[in-house]
Amino acid sequence: MDFKSSDTLTSGAITGPREQDVLPATAAAAVKVVIVGGFGVGKTTMVGSVSEIRPLTTEETMTQAGIGVDDNYGSETKTATTVAMDFGRISVSEELVLYLFGTPGQERFWFLWNGLFEGALGAVVLIDTRRLEVSFDVIGRLEERGVPFIIAVNDFPDAPRHPLDALRTALDLDQHVPIVHCDARQRVSSKDTLMTLMRYLHALAVARA
Amino acid sequence: MTHPLDPLQDGVPDGPDGLSGLDGHDARFQAEVPVRRERRSPENPERLYILTGDDSERAPLDLVTLIVANGDPSPTAQPEQSAVLRLSRTPLSVAELSAYMALPVSVVTVVLTDLLAADLVQARAPVVRSALPDRSLLEAVMHGLQKL
Ligand SMILES: Nc1nc2c(ncn2[C@@H]2O[C@H](COP(=O)(O)OP(=O)(O)O)[C@@H](O)[C@H]2O)c(=O)[nH]1
Ligand SMILES: [Mg+2]
Repeated sequence: MDFKSSDTLTSGAITGPREQDVLPATAAAAVKVVIVGGFGVGKTTMVGSVSEIRPLTTEETMTQAGIGVDDNYGSETKTATTVAMDFGRISVSEELVLYLFGTPGQERFWFLWNGLFEGALGAVVLIDTRRLEVSFDVIGRLEERGVPFIIAVNDFPDAPRHPLDALRTALDLDQHVPIVHCDARQRVSSKDTLMTLMRYLHALAVARA
Repeated sequence: MTHPLDPLQDGVPDGPDGLSGLDGHDARFQAEVPVRRERRSPENPERLYILTGDDSERAPLDLVTLIVANGDPSPTAQPEQSAVLRLSRTPLSVAELSAYMALPVSVVTVVLTDLLAADLVQARAPVVRSALPDRSLLEAVMHGLQKL
């Protein structure tokens, strides 16, 4: 994504939300859920299938500071990286809005994006049983940060189907972490997946009370 | 509602053979999963940080903080400020502002910090997980999802 120049900003060339994408003035608070998983597991597809708006892309710039290896003086070098994120939105009531973030690219960046996970209600980890291992790292990072998550097996046509307890063992998940099947292309299935996450969060809240 | 802490609530109802939604004649069935996750060792501190300025100079805005303009931009306002004020005549999240303006979130946050200080916009804070034990909020989300 290119930076908009000030010229573009002044000329009013920025297109805001389409008429049907405008939130009511009563919208008072928002919550967010993050959809994670390896490349090609269906994150963008899931965001798009349930979102009421055409999915948008936001970005953040990060710099990596490191001691320059090629640098005889050992001074600090910085490399800037732009991290982009797809997101969608569901108005759950006149007052409350749910945002869904589908995180692309390298997972180590997701967790450095200030506030992306800290404030999230929870996460959906999408997995593809043909390449389970691409989701191992992100599951570990969610556990470390105490972000509650569920597993959604995105059923690709030629992907192997395993008994759920075998999947649970392979992913080394706690007994209470829900595992569901989904088809990220189907709105109903994506909605059911989010419902499972919400029920799980609700049960955690009840258990804590 | 099934109790989600019950492991039996695993999504698709189990088939007669205890497999998830399988009829036992699925060519894709594989009892064994060939890989296994190892718990991560504590991570190395990653020396990455967000580009713009230091956090103390920016208002504590979340990606989903809703921004609402208090009025129209003045003719002398900076272009970025005018753009925010025009876009947020109705509530809009920080993430949406970043998307429509094609600017990184940290840059939008700097613009918003000034607008908030000048009382030109309001910020409606999100409900975040740490403040969560509020079950009624989750119930509201579930109710909304059910209507989809
Ligand atoms: N058969 C099938 N294909 C899917 C499903 N979800 C996503 N896809 C396809 O898989 C590809 C990658 O999906 P995408 O959402 O871009 O993955 P991402 O990298 O995780 O964002 C796309 O071509 C999708 O159409 C699914 O549930 N079933
Ligand atoms: Mg994607």
